Amino acid sequence: MLNSKIKLSPKIFTKEIEKVSPRDGFGEGLALAGEMDKKVVALCADVTESVRMNLFKNRFPERFFQMGIAEQNMVGVASGLAATGKIPVVGSYAIFSPGRNWEQIRTTICYNEQKVILIGSHAGLNVGPDGASHQALEDIGLMRVLPNMSVIAPADSLEARKAIIASIKYPNSIYIRLPREKSPVFTTEQTPFEIGKSQVLWLPENEEKFSGITIFVCGYLVYSALEVAKELEEEGVSITVINNSSIKPLDTELTLKWARKSKTIITLEEHQVATGMGSAIAEFLSENYPLPIKLMGLKDQFGESGQAEELINKYGLGKKKIKQTIKTIVNNL
Amino acid sequence: MKLTLKELEKLSISIRKEMIAMLTKAKSGHCAGPLGAVELYTALYFGGVLKYDPQKPDWDNRDRVVISNGHYAPLVYAILTHAGYFSSDKLKTLRKLGSQLQGHPSRLLLPGIETSSGPVGEGLSQAVGMALGLKLDEKKCQVYCFMGDGEQNCGNTWEAVMTASKYQLDNLTAIIDRNNIQIDGFTENVMPLESLKEKYESFGWKVLEIDGHNFSEIIKAFNASKSIFVKPVVIIAHTIPGKGVDFIQWEHEWHGKVPNSQQAEEALRQLRNLKGKIESELE
Repeated sequence: MLNSKIKLSPKIFTKEIEKVSPRDGFGEGLALAGEMDKKVVALCADVTESVRMNLFKNRFPERFFQMGIAEQNMVGVASGLAATGKIPVVGSYAIFSPGRNWEQIRTTICYNEQKVILIGSHAGLNVGPDGASHQALEDIGLMRVLPNMSVIAPADSLEARKAIIASIKYPNSIYIRLPREKSPVFTTEQTPFEIGKSQVLWLPENEEKFSGITIFVCGYLVYSALEVAKELEEEGVSITVINNSSIKPLDTELTLKWARKSKTIITLEEHQVATGMGSAIAEFLSENYPLPIKLMGLKDQFGESGQAEELINKYGLGKKKIKQTIKTIVNNL
Repeated sequence: MKLTLKELEKLSISIRKEMIAMLTKAKSGHCAGPLGAVELYTALYFGGVLKYDPQKPDWDNRDRVVISNGHYAPLVYAILTHAGYFSSDKLKTLRKLGSQLQGHPSRLLLPGIETSSGPVGEGLSQAVGMALGLKLDEKKCQVYCFMGDGEQNCGNTWEAVMTASKYQLDNLTAIIDRNNIQIDGFTENVMPLESLKEKYESFGWKVLEIDGHNFSEIIKAFNASKSIFVKPVVIIAHTIPGKGVDFIQWEHEWHGKVPNSQQAEEALRQLRNLKGKIESELE
């Protein structure tokens, strides 16, 4: 059942639920952050509207810097701005930033301990028709391995808005991963969000009913996981779904709590299973509470052109496959 | 701090000696480039150019110095001790475990260092960011960015060059140590850079070309760079790598090598006085 404590949208699972791209939530949040704090500056690499930085740009033109298609320079400039006391927010597509400028991020931001917020938009297979060259499937890994860098993958537009506002106040640099596609806005203003905390969205009614399966999921696929949880519940299989949007820092307390209650963990993400969110869970649990983990994600492969849903299905991350995977595990428990 | 030309020359000899001693003790590091750039740094810090206060390294109104070529660390460290940022005792700890004097500078470990650097080609971007930030705050501070000529190979450098021009960063002075060597050989063989002056000019920069061992030329160029408006300024300083020690001069093999104890002794002998390899402007 839905976790009533986290106040999800009453429209969840209905056709009336609004669909918004998390980029829009980020854009609104950035403009709000700009109002709240004059130190906030924004830099973009020729994808201003696409990354939804136009709202900020229009409201604070003197604090917006168009950097052209030059992501390496952009993060270095952001580091320099941070050195003069600004809070830079740097936007591009994930494939280019951190895809193209990783060493500059490592040296000028992380090693220098200059706080910069990096927005990697159009991450994952959901970029769709643009094809494999534009589908960042490695960015969580690239950022997660860097000291002084946190990683957040919001589950919907409202969470993206909360994430950027929280990032402004957070002491560390943060990478925020955003999908291109619209997705159902299933959280509400009241749904808690905190960097370093994950949320139990769906849980068994009681311990006896629990199948022993807990899914850790982030980003674009969270809503699918919830739909699967609902369908399975109707079929008598009760699972837990955790929105693991805070990939780094990981909510170790909640992860451990649910690992202890579970027989098998499933992780689900639009990313290579190597180095992704699932790997973060696996690394933590292998040291603290080893148990079987099924890692769902891309298996050392590139995507291709197609509609978002077609690709998600083809690469084994669709609802049908999630459901099948859970049933197979449950039947073998 | 403003020393006379004579004092600057004397100081540059001491700094070279300290660098040889430091590098010989460390047993690894970079020799040729830093030895050739001594006059550039000495002029900036002690020729009455740079606004700084070693007692308040975070002073808001200080000028910023970005060392894009972090392998010049031994020179930077020697300069900072003379500037009063830390005691010269520390110089002997260069590159040792637990030292504040990392192989490449760390801003978190040492006062007077603005950026932790090492990988070349990205310092100018950071300097551009600082210049933008200072302009936003309407602060009258100059940002100086030291670069090598090798890093003019990097695309990142030219991205920053375009940005500085776009935002008319006249509070930015870049200095290229044009010593013509990089790790694999002479710059014009590795990846030809010329005409460097015309390249920068066509990117919208004001270019000043100088003899990088001549104190009066260096100081004049630094001061001129502060009074040029609308455009960022690059000082292309022609230098001799390894300047002052004949067997290091012009030898690219000495880019990332240090003298052994006999070589160090010979280097120090050559550097003993102004009659050695360095010609005095005043004689």
